[in-house]
Amino acid sequence: MAKTKTSNQALLSGNEALAYGAYEAGLSVACAYPGTPSTEILETLAQFPDVDAQWSVNEKVAFEVALGSAIAGARSLFACKHVGLNVAMDPLMTASYTGILAGFVIVVCDDPGMHSSQNEQDTRWVALYSKLPMLEPASPAEAKEIIQEAFKISERYDTPVMLRMTTRISHTKENVVLKQRQVPPRPEFERNIAKYVMVPGNAYQRHILVEKRLLQLQSLSERSRFNRIEKGDGKLGFITSGVSYQYLKENYPDASYLKLGMTYPFCDDKIKAFAKTVKKLVVVEELDPFIEEHVKSLGIKVAAKDPSFRIGELTPDLIPAVVAGEVKQEVKAAKRKPRLCPDCPHWATFAALKKLDLYVAGDIGCYTLACLPPMSALHSCVCMGAGVTFNEGWHKGAPGKKIVGVLGDSTFVHSGITGLINSAYNKAKGVILILDNSTTAMTGGQQHPATGLTIRNEPTKKLILEDLCRVCGVDNVDVMDPKNLEEFRAILEKRVNEDALSVIISRHPCKLLRR
Amino acid sequence: MKDKVYSITFGGIGGQGILKASEICGWAALFAGYHVKKSEVHGMAQRGGSVESHVRFGKRVYSPLVPMGSADVLVCFHLEEHSRLQPFLKKDGVDLTDFLAQVTAAMASNPRGLNTCLVGVLSAKLPIKEEHWMKAIETVFKGKGVEENKNIFLGGRKLGQS
Repeated sequence: MAKTKTSNQALLSGNEALAYGAYEAGLSVACAYPGTPSTEILETLAQFPDVDAQWSVNEKVAFEVALGSAIAGARSLFACKHVGLNVAMDPLMTASYTGILAGFVIVVCDDPGMHSSQNEQDTRWVALYSKLPMLEPASPAEAKEIIQEAFKISERYDTPVMLRMTTRISHTKENVVLKQRQVPPRPEFERNIAKYVMVPGNAYQRHILVEKRLLQLQSLSERSRFNRIEKGDGKLGFITSGVSYQYLKENYPDASYLKLGMTYPFCDDKIKAFAKTVKKLVVVEELDPFIEEHVKSLGIKVAAKDPSFRIGELTPDLIPAVVAGEVKQEVKAAKRKPRLCPDCPHWATFAALKKLDLYVAGDIGCYTLACLPPMSALHSCVCMGAGVTFNEGWHKGAPGKKIVGVLGDSTFVHSGITGLINSAYNKAKGVILILDNSTTAMTGGQQHPATGLTIRNEPTKKLILEDLCRVCGVDNVDVMDPKNLEEFRAILEKRVNEDALSVIISRHPCKLLRR
Repeated sequence: MKDKVYSITFGGIGGQGILKASEICGWAALFAGYHVKKSEVHGMAQRGGSVESHVRFGKRVYSPLVPMGSADVLVCFHLEEHSRLQPFLKKDGVDLTDFLAQVTAAMASNPRGLNTCLVGVLSAKLPIKEEHWMKAIETVFKGKGVEENKNIFLGGRKLGQS
């Protein structure tokens, strides 16, 4: 074997490959809030001293910092998981109108199969909705190539570019060839009110340009080498994207392929031409019928998966049933469920909550696992920050019940603060527990403002949670160690029975930090 | 078979060093000049959930996941996970679970080295030269415990060859 030169190769995950690709393309600024499966993109970028990388407070903030930096002239990147993009939708929709000065890439990692997420939304619809181009690699090596193209497209067409990954590609490792970094000359930042101040009159003019740009991008999609036709024996043809392409190649090596790496705007002419070359045409894609519906809208006769396969991740073993249009057979996975670590401080906190038989509004973090039996002591999980706001809503909807809200230190900073101000302003009562384990544990232990350390573990200004809660207008703020079981329960019981708005900061460091 | 794709399924529970084991295997295959794909799910690995990692290498690899019934080797780190993982193995595939008791006994005084030892056993079943495994260990451990892990690996390799 050993014919290939391996000295410039590395075994990189899709996320690492994206980071290296962006770095080589001269990336200057990168922002994100941690979220599986996207976290390693920023963790990798933070290892390059000439990239200004940050953990931002939340995705909206991250998006805006990165967009601002691109508008001021630096190639920039924003990375998130699918549900993180929801938080950044406000700036995203209008960034489509303003465009950029230097390249700006929005990386979104979807999670088909929900390995670690609360839903399995398909982000390709966002490209259609926001009128932004979307690139979709099928492997780590292609991800590295495609992100470099993304910066070029961004600058050539004055647009943010979306790049969609999925868990399987983010967390697959593959040989990737490393190259030198090349920084393009930085364009001069200038004031441009008509372009960057989106008041109605200006926005109307920009919308005209957005529609023009979409047509130009469609013609790019027709020419793009990432929308590739592979000729087979002509009997069977697939239109596909992402990891589905790999599974199909494994199962149907002799078929023809239109492999889409640019999934929006669509390459209609290429699709029509390809359809004519095969006897049977099948669209295979994970999650929603995004490609399928478009191909059908072109009046092309095409087979596609049964709607039951819109749920969950595809695997090589499911592919024959998908292609045959069969209904998905649900199989119970005997996989071991995750649980809180044996001496995790959350056990102590939830033991107290359980003892008092409370209704517990939660959000997203390790502690969400407290919903599992035998604990069964967390009763909602919709999105980050909702521990605070559900406390308020539940008190309105079910007066007289003993209700508390819980959230983590990182998610409190992410989106709990505004809810707490709302509770104080609107005279809401109840107890909010901030489970402060001094890290973003669920995603592997990232820093945030209340840890006082940056993404590179450098000391910075530290957010003092108890001070912040007081100035938000909370009546009582207690800081307790949940491992002092009796004392903790006594305070909790006292606060739950008071007619006041209280915060208990349940503070004990995550055991993973001490490793 | 020049174009053969080799498939290995690793599995067990969080904290057993499964991802590191598959990492060593992936790098060794890379250094041997193969195209490698390695898939892993580690979203909640630290929370003690099931962990699975697939390594495939050959001239050209498409799927990063090992299809059911096609693994050449199964590296199972935990007996309770075996019945779940067994369907990955092909009919005449090698099941390293037979070595698990022996390896656990050999590593009784140093259970953290269990993964490296199992990789040693695995190495005896794959067409990758020892020098590539050594280079992979140097790459994955980055100077920390390289010599110790090389020794553990060689012990496992001997077990696998016997």
